[in-house]
Amino acid sequence: MEIVKPLTQYLAVMLLSPLLPGVINRVKAFFGGRRGQPLLQLYFDLYKLFLKTPVYSRTTTWVFKAGPVVGVSALVAALAVLPFAGRPSFLTFEGDFIFLLYLLGLARFVTVLAALDTGSAFEGMGASREMQFAVFAEPAFFLGLAALARVTGQSSLAGMFGALTGDIWRTAAPVLALLTASLLIVLLAENSRVPADDPNTHLELTMIHEVMVLDHSGPELAYILYGAALKLWLFGSLIACMVLPRHSGSWALNSALFILMMLGMAVAVGVLESIIARLRLTKVPYLLITAFAFSALALIFQMGR
Amino acid sequence: MHTFAELIIVFVILLDLALAVTGSLSSCIRLVAMQGVVAGLLPLLAGSGAPHTRAVIFAVVIVILKGAVFPRLLMRARDKSGARKDVEPLISYPASILLCLGAFIASSWLGSRLPLPQANVAWIVPASLSTIFTGFLLITTRSKAITQVLGYLVIENGIYIFGLALFVEQPLMVELAILLDVFVAVFVMGIAIFHISREFDHIDTAELSELSDWRRGEYGK
Amino acid sequence: MIIAMLLLPLAAGILAFIIRSDPARRALLLWTACLHFLLTGLLIADSATGGLMLSFLSGALSGPRAAPEAVWFAYDALGLLFIGITSLLFLGAAHYAVRYLALEKRDPGEDADDGSIFNNAPEAVFTGCLLLFLAAMTAVTASRHMGLLWASVEATTLLSAPLIYFHRSKRSLEATWKYLLICSVGIALALMGNLFLGAAGLKAGAGLDLAGLLSNSGVLDKPLLKAAFLFLFVGYGTKMGLSPFHTWLPDAHSEAPAVVSALLSGALLNCAFLGILRVNAVCASAGLADFTGGILILFGLFSILTAALFMLGQRDYKRLLAYSSIEHMGILALGIGLGGGAVFGAILGALSHSLTKAGLFFTSGIVVAAEKTKRISDVRGLWRRAPRTAALWLAGFFLITGMPPSGIFLAKFIILKEAVALKHYWLAGAYLLFLAVLFAGMAGVFISMTFGEHEAKPGEKPFDEPAGMLGPAAVFFACVILAGLFIPGWLNGLLTAAAQNISGKL
Repeated sequence: MEIVKPLTQYLAVMLLSPLLPGVINRVKAFFGGRRGQPLLQLYFDLYKLFLKTPVYSRTTTWVFKAGPVVGVSALVAALAVLPFAGRPSFLTFEGDFIFLLYLLGLARFVTVLAALDTGSAFEGMGASREMQFAVFAEPAFFLGLAALARVTGQSSLAGMFGALTGDIWRTAAPVLALLTASLLIVLLAENSRVPADDPNTHLELTMIHEVMVLDHSGPELAYILYGAALKLWLFGSLIACMVLPRHSGSWALNSALFILMMLGMAVAVGVLESIIARLRLTKVPYLLITAFAFSALALIFQMGR
Repeated sequence: MHTFAELIIVFVILLDLALAVTGSLSSCIRLVAMQGVVAGLLPLLAGSGAPHTRAVIFAVVIVILKGAVFPRLLMRARDKSGARKDVEPLISYPASILLCLGAFIASSWLGSRLPLPQANVAWIVPASLSTIFTGFLLITTRSKAITQVLGYLVIENGIYIFGLALFVEQPLMVELAILLDVFVAVFVMGIAIFHISREFDHIDTAELSELSDWRRGEYGK
Repeated sequence: MIIAMLLLPLAAGILAFIIRSDPARRALLLWTACLHFLLTGLLIADSATGGLMLSFLSGALSGPRAAPEAVWFAYDALGLLFIGITSLLFLGAAHYAVRYLALEKRDPGEDADDGSIFNNAPEAVFTGCLLLFLAAMTAVTASRHMGLLWASVEATTLLSAPLIYFHRSKRSLEATWKYLLICSVGIALALMGNLFLGAAGLKAGAGLDLAGLLSNSGVLDKPLLKAAFLFLFVGYGTKMGLSPFHTWLPDAHSEAPAVVSALLSGALLNCAFLGILRVNAVCASAGLADFTGGILILFGLFSILTAALFMLGQRDYKRLLAYSSIEHMGILALGIGLGGGAVFGAILGALSHSLTKAGLFFTSGIVVAAEKTKRISDVRGLWRRAPRTAALWLAGFFLITGMPPSGIFLAKFIILKEAVALKHYWLAGAYLLFLAVLFAGMAGVFISMTFGEHEAKPGEKPFDEPAGMLGPAAVFFACVILAGLFIPGWLNGLLTAAAQNISGKL
């Protein structure tokens, strides 16, 4: 029986995550005065793409084909350690947040490799930018999780978020507030959202993430889109667990609240994207350094308590 | 625990970081004003129980001076100077913020080493020390005369917070004298900035380099 | 009485802003200076007559009616000595300034370096700030509370900034800005030091007034007291012009009008030094004399070295004088740091240096008026163009470099003797070496300026030496020579008592 709940959670994440980009798009459309795409647009897209036959450039090798598959598998594997509503998933062990970080790193690495494999100048440019920003975003994320580990005294993701209660918020509010802010910035940057990147841009020169996947088509593009949705869910759920430390005891109630919270996150991201402008490319590192500074501050605060 | 006071301390540190990366002069002025106001309110929140009348009066004076009068004066100096409205740092913003962070780490170390009386608000000593350091950073790595005045004010804020941390109660007369001095300092500096901008057509202090013993070849002519 | 001394220049300063007529304002300046000097003289005479001596030394003003901790302003021997110097200098400066302002009014003169005609600040601002500056310095010397002392020192900075900017040229503006910013930031550090000082006495409930600190000195927290000393030393040391915090000093002194330079160098540096002396007294009575002495010796010697190096090859004679001030501040710090008999030497040095340097700056103002340049290489054969000025200039040189007989010689000698007596042979050797370099550096300049053939510039009119401007310098030089020959009993008593104040006795 103990396998049922994690399995349900896992399946719920797999199924619900493509909903988030839909919600964000609807919110942005609302702010832009449009009706916007249907909420389930990503599901339709994925279905359509899976039916298509991929087209490959002659310069590409197996690396290009392996990229999306490995990337999405890394993310699917990462979901296994991701807590759901403060509860552990399938896997949980000491230091699993480092495992999560490396899986994310792997996904980024294969995406970049696939982009470089095309030999296109645009994709190389995108890959270079992606890595440049990762240099700042990854330490911010890592330090943030480390600080959280210090706050809660746990070193597994499920342990950390499980131990987060309202009491900890009362005593360590400054640290947790800093962490939340840092995670939010990392979420925006890692998921190529405004102000770091614009997912709707059509100008290759200003793209960061989107430009890397220009050459992918068919099921592979579907993997990439699905992977992006999973990644959004992953970061979103960390923040949701952070600001929603309520444990009512009932699993169903918790889960429902958590899913609502995730939808709320998506709305919040949509609102944020609508009200702030995209940063100039050279300023994006400043944003990420700010996130890094927040995490570092939180860690220093926590160390000296 | 004084969670609220701690939040304010964190806010002060974030303002330091923000000052290190803000490029526009007017936002810098606003940030410094905000820091002054927050620091002025701190004693009301940090103390236990109802604050003294004296503390309230003093806080009100500080908030008015630092929150309204100084920004007004500096904004006027900025407008009159007709200079470019950005900060023009001598080092890059990421370098500034990393220096700030490093300063914070160093000041937390220093704060734990100093044999100070135990403060009841966590982080108040490192926050004040790193604020002072940010002030020095603003003075040394920004080329505008206004940012140097801002740096001076930030140092003053830091010292004020440090004073709170040490619970050094000064007589009201002395505190008011100190505040008056700071006020006159900003006033005189504002006038000086006005003159600099009129004489030199800019307020870039990097150009104020005629008087020196090092450039001997050019000195004098 | 002290309140009267504070209020007199304050009221006169405010009045100076209001008065419209120039002669009336100049008379006001002169009368205020005379009255202030009279009051100071009365105070000193009061203390010298012996009967009231004890009450002075215990820090209360007139008799036992005021409890020590309730006193904001009071004079001990040290403060009395410094206000005496300040007041005397101000009297000379007022005499000089009256002539100087009249001269500037007729012919504002032009910038010695870029030839632009000066657009002088309004005389009312100058006179007003001068008087308020005196009030602030009086407050510094009289303060018995470290916080108040801090506020007064900062006030002197702010009030003297407009004085430096009297000529309204680019260069004086630059000097003013550096002066304002460096000194204000330095003094902000001194405020930090005050906080440490308060924290050191927190457990003992010592507060920040000197009487409380000195009487509780045994129970002060030592590490915090050390931190306080360091911060106050850096803060007031910036203002005092100790190297390496001296960078504002040559600029400000060279660009300010001569009368302001004289006051800055002779009176203001002493006031900043007083701040260090006060905290030094607290530290000494808390048993930290070795720690503070080491720091004072180190920075004192470094200042002398810096001054010696920068004087060689100096091209501007007012800057040269400014570096000479740095040198003397270094000597003072050295003397205080050595302790014992050297403290007496240092105070005597402070007195003689103030008078001599003020006289030299006064003379330099006349040289600038005669030659229209501050460049050393452009001045030749001063004795032909302005013989009396040249004589004073040369006399000033001999006095400032410590030729006997002069108070400065005595001071330098006492410090050297004490260094040898304490077996600091290396220190004494370095001190002598630096002084020799200084002498060589200054001798070349002064001799080349005074002697040689004067090359008349085209269109140069014969220079009429204003006797009123020469007078103060001549009187000051005479005083210094007298001090080298004979120190009157009352002065000796005052100096000895001041030395005791510095060593931390109440």
